[in-house]
Amino acid sequence: MKISLFRSAAALCLAAGLLSATGSSEAAAPAAAGRLDHDPVPHQHWSFDGPLGNFDLASVQRGYTVYAEICSACHGMQHVHFGDLTGMGLTAAQVQTIAASHKIPDGIGSDGKPALRAATADDAFPTPPVAQGLIPGAVIPPDQSRLAEVYPGGPDRIYALLTGYGPPPAGVTPAPGLFYNRFAQGRAIAMPPPLSDDAVDYPDGTKATTEQEARDVTTFLAWAAQPHLADRHRTGVRVMIYLVFLGVLLFVLKRRLWSNVH
Amino acid sequence: MAGSPSRHETGPGVTGEDIPQSSRTTGFTGWLDARLPVISAFRNEYVSFPMPRSLNALWTVGAMLTVVLVLMLLSGLALAMNYTPTAAGAFASVEAIERRLPAGWLLRSMHMTGASLFLAALYVHLFRGLYYGSYKAPREVLWLVGVALLAMVMVTAFAGYVLPWGQMSYWGADVAGKAIGAVPGVGPFMERLFLGGDQPGDTTLHHLFVLHFTLAFGVLGVVGIHVAALHVAGPGNPTGVPAKVPEQTLPFHPYFTVKDGLGLVVFAILFAGVMFFLPGLITEPENYRPANPLHTPADIEPEWYFLPFYGILQSIPSKFGGLLASVGAILVLFITPWLDTSPIRSARNRPVYRAGMVALVIAFILLGFAGKHHVEGVWLYVGQIATLYYYLHFLVLMPLVSRREKAALAHASALRTGEEA
Repeated sequence: MKISLFRSAAALCLAAGLLSATGSSEAAAPAAAGRLDHDPVPHQHWSFDGPLGNFDLASVQRGYTVYAEICSACHGMQHVHFGDLTGMGLTAAQVQTIAASHKIPDGIGSDGKPALRAATADDAFPTPPVAQGLIPGAVIPPDQSRLAEVYPGGPDRIYALLTGYGPPPAGVTPAPGLFYNRFAQGRAIAMPPPLSDDAVDYPDGTKATTEQEARDVTTFLAWAAQPHLADRHRTGVRVMIYLVFLGVLLFVLKRRLWSNVH
Repeated sequence: MAGSPSRHETGPGVTGEDIPQSSRTTGFTGWLDARLPVISAFRNEYVSFPMPRSLNALWTVGAMLTVVLVLMLLSGLALAMNYTPTAAGAFASVEAIERRLPAGWLLRSMHMTGASLFLAALYVHLFRGLYYGSYKAPREVLWLVGVALLAMVMVTAFAGYVLPWGQMSYWGADVAGKAIGAVPGVGPFMERLFLGGDQPGDTTLHHLFVLHFTLAFGVLGVVGIHVAALHVAGPGNPTGVPAKVPEQTLPFHPYFTVKDGLGLVVFAILFAGVMFFLPGLITEPENYRPANPLHTPADIEPEWYFLPFYGILQSIPSKFGGLLASVGAILVLFITPWLDTSPIRSARNRPVYRAGMVALVIAFILLGFAGKHHVEGVWLYVGQIATLYYYLHFLVLMPLVSRREKAALAHASALRTGEEA
């Protein structure tokens, strides 16, 4: 059941509805159906590629830095809880510190105004107001919980988008509020260029180039979309070894039992 | 046991003799068996149950289906304990299962892979039955129960697919509601009853959750009837000639225990391969987007196992006609034993029917592709021709071939009596 070219193209339009600021997303979607209105996305090598892939957890953690300092200003990730961050190699204490640095709504305070409290490991990542649709006229940025899985083109496309900004070629002017990006549907996207060299400081001393940030944050998004991918592959290898061994034994047993039947 | 094939003492299905025979057993087992003959039933219906020795690998699929059904019930129960059947909470509860429930990701992939491979094995089982004439006397009831199971499993699978409340879940429920609404007269009323409103919502989810849960255990019960019916006449076999004399049979244990066991392990390897390494084969990325009533996906498509019927649905230009044709494709299986009345059982000995069976399998697969391509362009004609053949196979080819074969057999036996005279 490979995703057909038709479907990917159709799904691209769906994403375009989310990304382009052309107003009604329903109106934009069918118009571009069936054509690939952006540069072909080059394939990247990822640690999580293929049936035996694993996550480069150092890259996932750097990616979280990028996500926390840049992406989370606009994008939500509502299905991920702070406690889930232990899965990318953080200790419970580190997770607690990260959670406590976020303020989340806590009902109405005694002064009658919305109250805030420090988040705990059991709280979900807070969704910023723009992603909740609270800012009139703004394009709603998609939730990133499963983005690497549902986004047409997957991690390759996300990396390409993050590094695909540049001055438009002569004669091309993106519509107001849109930015030229050769990998976006229609080569224009509502998201302003999010990354730049040294936009973040990596605690591990890795040089924060735009490409490095894009690579790390894409790895983080892929991890967030499938946090148990490495577990799944590891368990799979063990189960397979067991089953193949059992199969060989049963094959020999079957041959022996049936040897005097014919 | 590993020595010469041990001959069973009792014939198949001679349950009347069980109690006097088992009363020979002494102690607690004898006491229990005289009151509830579980031990003699275990011996007669499993250990020494006579199986035709000519059975091929296709006869191990039944065991696979039984094991997957148990796996589905167990994983399903664990999932249901952590699932919220409301439009607002369903998607988030499934995300929480996958992300935070211990081994939740494993439970859910098991349940999803199980659903896909259950249907796959069921289709193999069905076409095996059609090919080897498993529906013929004295196994008509066994067949009817089996087709009823197919229908129940399909409804269960559909209901289950809606539960995660992703985009495909929502819009699948929407399409199903509209299909019900296409029934003349009662349609609109039935659609509202099914959806519990104008569009899929909380009530729909409640309906389908209860339906999914109830039917799953219903399937388990009907499988019991299916197996009981199987044990009356015993399994058919690829030769089509009943294995009546003891020399043509083997006791189930150990011969078929080990054979079914080997089949199960091969199936488990396939299962684990899909579940652990290639889950993309059976998952639909679009369904990891939460249901959005305001945003129709550009390409609404059911799971692969419904595609042949989706192909029939779309190949017929009328909405209600398409619904009739795709439901009829299942209904026609119910009357198969009375459409194919030829005394020759196995397609091995029926060249015309055999060619027809090959064509039927090809038509079924082509219908799947036509469904996948929304019968666009050339796929419309492929879908229509395949639909036509599907029905011709059952309604014309089966009775026609039966008549010819019966005539040929009568002719041959007349010749033989002539020679003898």
